[in-house]
Amino acid sequence: MSTPLKFYQVGSFAVGNRLVDEESLSEQSRPGRTNSLTSGHRACQGCGEALGARYALDAAMAATDGKIVAVNATGCLEVFSTPYPETSWRLPWLHSLFGNASAVATGVAAALRAQGKEDIRVIAQGGDGGTVDIGFGPLSGMFERNDDVLYICYDNEAYMNTGVQRSGATPPAARTNTTHAVGANPGASFTQGKNLPVIAMAHGIPYVATATVADLHDLEAKVKKAMTFRGARYLHILVPCPLGWGSRSEETIQLARMAAESGLFPVFEAEYGEVTVVKKIRRLVKVVDYLKPQKRFAHLFGANGRPDLLEAIQGIADRNIAKYQLTDENTQEVARG
Amino acid sequence: MDKPFAITLNIGSSLANHTGSWRNERPVYVNRLPPCNDACPAGEDVQGWLYEGEAGNYEQAWRNLVRDNPLPAIMGRICYHPCQTACNRAEVDEAVGINSVERFLGDEAIKQGWQFKLTAAPTGKRILIIGSGPSGLSAAYQLAMKGHDVTIRESAAAPGGMMRYGIPAYRLPREVLDAEIARIVNLGVKIECNSKVESAEATFAEGFDAVFLAIGAHLGKRAFIPAGDTARILDAVSVLHMTADGQPPLLGRRVVVYGGGNTALDAARTARRLGAYEAIVVYRRTQEKMPAHEVELREALDEGIVMRWLSTVSRVDEGKVTIEKMALDDSGFPQPTGEFEDLDADSVILALGQEVDLSVIEGMSEIKVEDGVIDVDGFLMTGRKGLFAGGDAVPGERTATNAIGHGKHAARAIDSWLQGENFVHAERPALAAFDRLNTWYYSDAPKTVRPKLDAARRASNFAEVVQGLDAETAVFEARRCLSCGNCFGCDNCFGVCPDNAVIKLENGKYEINLDYCKGCGICANECPCGAIDMEVERS
Ligand SMILES: Cc1cc2nc3c(=O)[nH]c(=O)nc-3n(C[C@H](O)[C@H](O)[C@H](O)COP(=O)(O)OP(=O)(O)OC[C@H]3O[C@@H](n4cnc5c(N)ncnc54)[C@H](O)[C@@H]3O)c2cc1C
Ligand SMILES: Cc1ncc(C[n+]2csc(CCOP(=O)(O)OP(=O)(O)O)c2C)c(N)n1
Ligand code: SF4
Ligand code: SF4
Ligand code: SF4
Ligand code: SF4
Ligand SMILES: [Mg+2]
Repeated sequence: MSTPLKFYQVGSFAVGNRLVDEESLSEQSRPGRTNSLTSGHRACQGCGEALGARYALDAAMAATDGKIVAVNATGCLEVFSTPYPETSWRLPWLHSLFGNASAVATGVAAALRAQGKEDIRVIAQGGDGGTVDIGFGPLSGMFERNDDVLYICYDNEAYMNTGVQRSGATPPAARTNTTHAVGANPGASFTQGKNLPVIAMAHGIPYVATATVADLHDLEAKVKKAMTFRGARYLHILVPCPLGWGSRSEETIQLARMAAESGLFPVFEAEYGEVTVVKKIRRLVKVVDYLKPQKRFAHLFGANGRPDLLEAIQGIADRNIAKYQLTDENTQEVARG
Repeated sequence: MDKPFAITLNIGSSLANHTGSWRNERPVYVNRLPPCNDACPAGEDVQGWLYEGEAGNYEQAWRNLVRDNPLPAIMGRICYHPCQTACNRAEVDEAVGINSVERFLGDEAIKQGWQFKLTAAPTGKRILIIGSGPSGLSAAYQLAMKGHDVTIRESAAAPGGMMRYGIPAYRLPREVLDAEIARIVNLGVKIECNSKVESAEATFAEGFDAVFLAIGAHLGKRAFIPAGDTARILDAVSVLHMTADGQPPLLGRRVVVYGGGNTALDAARTARRLGAYEAIVVYRRTQEKMPAHEVELREALDEGIVMRWLSTVSRVDEGKVTIEKMALDDSGFPQPTGEFEDLDADSVILALGQEVDLSVIEGMSEIKVEDGVIDVDGFLMTGRKGLFAGGDAVPGERTATNAIGHGKHAARAIDSWLQGENFVHAERPALAAFDRLNTWYYSDAPKTVRPKLDAARRASNFAEVVQGLDAETAVFEARRCLSCGNCFGCDNCFGVCPDNAVIKLENGKYEINLDYCKGCGICANECPCGAIDMEVERS
């Protein structure tokens, strides 16, 4: 869902442009943006999660006139932002436990409702571990009760904060510290994974969307759209992690882009359980181009590599492309995105 | 202090934590040399004036452009635009139509009556320019802008050199030529026509402080071709000159042109316009080897000109030309085959190149002449102190654009020389190569506009019959520029930094906050145009 700007020099892809009219500017291009997560935080160089959190929360702040309370699960985002007594947060922010962010958020929303402050909106956020694994029960409950909370999952595909352990969102065959490749064994076992956006849709909640840090306009539009609904909403953002993925810090956005452009990470929106909008692939890349720069997949390449598994991962992408109809007549095939 | 239970420290902001100390590399904003600027023989800051054009600031765009080239409406029509050949956008889809935007700006300036603004105080120095072709006009303009008193002497009846007497009017309307020359005259440049200079040396005695020789190359090269008494053989430069003077020669119905350069094609196309129903260009090599520019060949073919490759003219008789077929040898040179063919021809036009008329420097032994052109040093000065030369009369590519570049450089060199200094060339920044771009961020013009743009872009290649860009399409075309190597204010670096370490300044520029920049390099990686370098920290 890109903004309708028509640029010949820069499409709707860049953060801003000196020639753009005021309303069409992204929040991130405004010098007066909230900077919900401000400088001095201890995230690694090139952390996609730090970037994704600022993108999402700044957009939510803009959409609600600054009336946001955020509840955070344990994880990198919490640890790197709040080493006592310092905080990087520039909005009301709570942290309780690893697995209960959605339950706490439900409580905050209830408390605000009881005080008649329903203009103040609640966001719960956490990593993939806190969301798809340990926090899954409370989250499903929050969906089922349709509590008025937007839950944002920053998916970096493993338990990064504790040193890169496998989560239910770790991709098949990826190396983590609990899934080292041994001999011909591939690393993380080749399973179907836990697809939380689809599980969230199965709850029939008003709004579910996926996004990446590589498409800012799309991400901001989805956050703003989420804030137009009441009830439970879920946003799943892919945020590359240079440390856990073994990628170069400057490639964070590029990798997120390739994840989407290869079809491995479908970017879409759904309302009340039905997919409504799919972001089409602009420059289709092969999954190997996406996997190769990441050391967590290094064992799949080279002389003792596993071309069969690379093939199987390409198969996942191909199935996504078919299922979500990710390509159309404007899609170009390129060697590298 | 009344802190809550178990709280002992005051709450503080992470801003106290200067993560800049983690850095191994720092991002630095740079300006690189865009390939278009690099390739322009007149040294135009193409990217710079397109940048203004992108915002619709056409007057500013024109003013930036004319710093280097005072003849944009002319060059927007006749330049072979090497800038476009070099343009990085060609690797994305198609080169930016730089030339068509240049033409638009030039036409707009004429329409709006924009004039040059003279700000320099008079220097009291008098400079003579011999010849009013593009090199002479360019030098005159640049010198006048520096406050010098400039006189041009021109042997022909009207100024413009080959732009008036060579390049046919269907490619360059004379109103356009006149308008751009008039603007230079308005600066106070005196042009004396019908004033052939017989001796360059003698002009110094008239009190000129410096002289610029811009005499071009006007003598048609001769070749010995056996011919019958009644054979009609003309040279291309004269044919074009006479046509420009309104007294075209009689060529007949069937014309053969001998040569493979632009002049040959212009002569053939002119012959067609003068009523010849058949114009054949005979060239001894192949199309690949032809010196004429591809666009011109295409236009000529479109107009029905017939090409005879690998052929030489071996004899001319009344109503008939005998040509010999050639074949390329192992080293790619054409060799005679002994196979002959007769073509019907009422006249033959020789377009075998032009030579410089060197009579003006006769007796000046300090001036070196090599291969028929005048030798100059790196400042375009001849062996005679104070006598500079440029354009077709000196070594180099013979194009109007190159002549304009020579005029500019000579003017700078003359200005420095008059002050007793050597002109210092500014250091050229590193090239903004294609591999430094992040092309993801560039999108295409929508399909609906593209055909219109393509047509307009092609149109500027000469056919005056077709319209150029208008104010709306010019802005589209300008915005296709990728701004190679120079920030165009896309806000990417400001937006993508995970550490908020990029500051957006009031003046549209950006700055790195080194207190917080961790040196991740995302900003540099995501800058569309490669305007950020990562430099290793020296500790
Ligand atoms: C048919 C033809 C087509 C061309 N088409 C193109 C084109 O499409 N694009 C392009 O870029 N280039 C083109 N060129 C080349 C271009 O015209 C020349 O490279 C350019 O004009 C050279 O500029 P100049 O100032 O050195 O000399 P010229 O333009 O030749 O001007 C020299 C002037 O000096 C005058 N002069 C000479 N001797 C004296 C003297 N003793 N006293 C006083 N005046 C004197 C001449 O009368 C003339 O006006 C073409 C050339 C020809 C012949
Ligand atoms: C109940 C509980 N178990 C384990 C932990 C230790 N722990 C803290 S953060 C974390 C991993 C977080 O992973 P994820 O949610 O994916 O977030 P990330 O750090 O990757 O952003 C773990 C295991 C904890 N804090 N609480
Ligand atoms: S480990 Fe990964 S998610 Fe955590 S701070 Fe570092 S880059 Fe960010
Ligand atoms: S894209 Fe623009 S800056 Fe780059 S070479 Fe082309 S015209 Fe020049
Ligand atoms: S990213 Fe955009 S704003 Fe930043 S330097 Fe590059 S062009 Fe300029
Ligand atoms: S993105 Fe930010 S932290 Fe990274 S190098 Fe650029 S300014 Fe520094
Ligand atoms: Mg995680």
